[in-house]
Amino acid sequence: MNYLHSIGEYFLMLKGTFHRMTKASVLKGLIIKELDDLIIGSMGIVAFLSFFIGAVVALQTALNLNNPLIPKTLIAYAARQSIILEFAPTFISVIMAGKVGSYITSSIGSMNVTEQIDALEVMGINSLNYLIFPKIVAMLFYPFVIAISMFLGVFGAYVAAVLGGFVPPDLFIQGLQEDFIPFHLVYAFIKTFLFAFILATVPAYHGYYMKGGALEVGQASTTSFVWTSVVIIITNYAVTQLLLS
Amino acid sequence: MIEIENLHKAFDGEEILKGINYTFEKSKTNLIIGGSGSGKSVLLKCMLGLLTPEKGTIKYDGKPYSEFTEDEKKDLSKQIGMIFQGGALFDSMTVEENVMFPLRMFTHRKKKKENLERVKEVLKRVNLEGSEKKLPSEISGGMQKRVSIARAIVNRPKYLFCDEPNSGLDPKTATVIDKLIQEITHEYDITTIIITHDMNSVLEIGEKIAFLKDGVLAWKGDKSQIFQTDDETVTDFVYSSNLFQKVREAQQKGL
Repeated sequence: MNYLHSIGEYFLMLKGTFHRMTKASVLKGLIIKELDDLIIGSMGIVAFLSFFIGAVVALQTALNLNNPLIPKTLIAYAARQSIILEFAPTFISVIMAGKVGSYITSSIGSMNVTEQIDALEVMGINSLNYLIFPKIVAMLFYPFVIAISMFLGVFGAYVAAVLGGFVPPDLFIQGLQEDFIPFHLVYAFIKTFLFAFILATVPAYHGYYMKGGALEVGQASTTSFVWTSVVIIITNYAVTQLLLS
Repeated sequence: MIEIENLHKAFDGEEILKGINYTFEKSKTNLIIGGSGSGKSVLLKCMLGLLTPEKGTIKYDGKPYSEFTEDEKKDLSKQIGMIFQGGALFDSMTVEENVMFPLRMFTHRKKKKENLERVKEVLKRVNLEGSEKKLPSEISGGMQKRVSIARAIVNRPKYLFCDEPNSGLDPKTATVIDKLIQEITHEYDITTIIITHDMNSVLEIGEKIAFLKDGVLAWKGDKSQIFQTDDETVTDFVYSSNLFQKVREAQQKGL
């Protein structure tokens, strides 16, 4: 019953978020701030992880490629497929659930605990719109982060495979282009948009409706990370089933 | 004027407010006093529209709040100033931005210069000149309360609500805050409603006093009456403080 109540409350929160809009000039400033915090602020860690995970995927494939009948182009092919289909959109989103998600939960949760949300409501401001809507808009730029992650992942794979002497550059490029299905990119970006919405709203829900003090803000951040990851993984399964099977 | 008629509010079946009837007078400091868990904050939140009562009516200038349209509610919120217990200042904004916030939300961008003038005026009124660019974390608790007062009055409200405005402050600063609220009430002709359990505040600024106990309005009167009443419910609370107990004993001994 508690889960049903929370799901209902989440959808009511979404309804409230798109209701009684905040003044456009104020929203503009808030969106720019959220873009800086959520998107620009995540670039460093995403770039670092993407490069090295791409490199490791290529290394693992190369090191397990013992059969001489299997072409070396498979290293690039396997790296490309795993990075575009799963690593960049899903794995990075789960990491973002920890970084961006806990930031959203703790910032809204702290405002809740210190009555700043009540202050907004007393002033006649729709606090849901003021706090959550700019985050949703900022997260519309999340696919750019994932596009960069895809590029850096493949680049990392190239560096590891070519500089490691596992495959010559021309074979790597050939493998990268082999059997490429453009729809896989469409599929990856469709789910990235869904994950972006989940990353903005599920942690916001946990921050907005939390009760208690500073300790509970920390607990809400942890719960938010768990549930955001769960929702991302389930959505990933559903979207893959719908679009690829 | 704010009138409350037969107000009931419950949480999980437990009744917190049990039929409150009271009228908060215009241009006066109306104090709601009572112990912890007596329902003071719930009453305040019902009046502010943050909680919906199960039963009863809250009337602003004769019109029930439940009959207000969305636009009327928005207009009313512009006429309300609120001082929260912890200040509720926005951490990421400077003192100036905090005070400017209500103006920025509801006035045109072209009025920025006028708004800045108004912010300067209220910051001067609460003796906070020179702290405009500081963050809330860089100023003392007393200063934060004064910023909160400045933010509450910057829109020239008709009603000022204060939730334990001097909690967590030393006695001297608490008295300064109390006096400031009283001065502002008369200066701006505001209906002020203050929630407190601090008897010093009652002594300093209580013009009209309502005493809540277990969700019931147990006593009402003014400052002179509260120290003369024999009503045990009230005297138990008023003289629970050592200081007031000693003053009473001294009075009884004719000292």
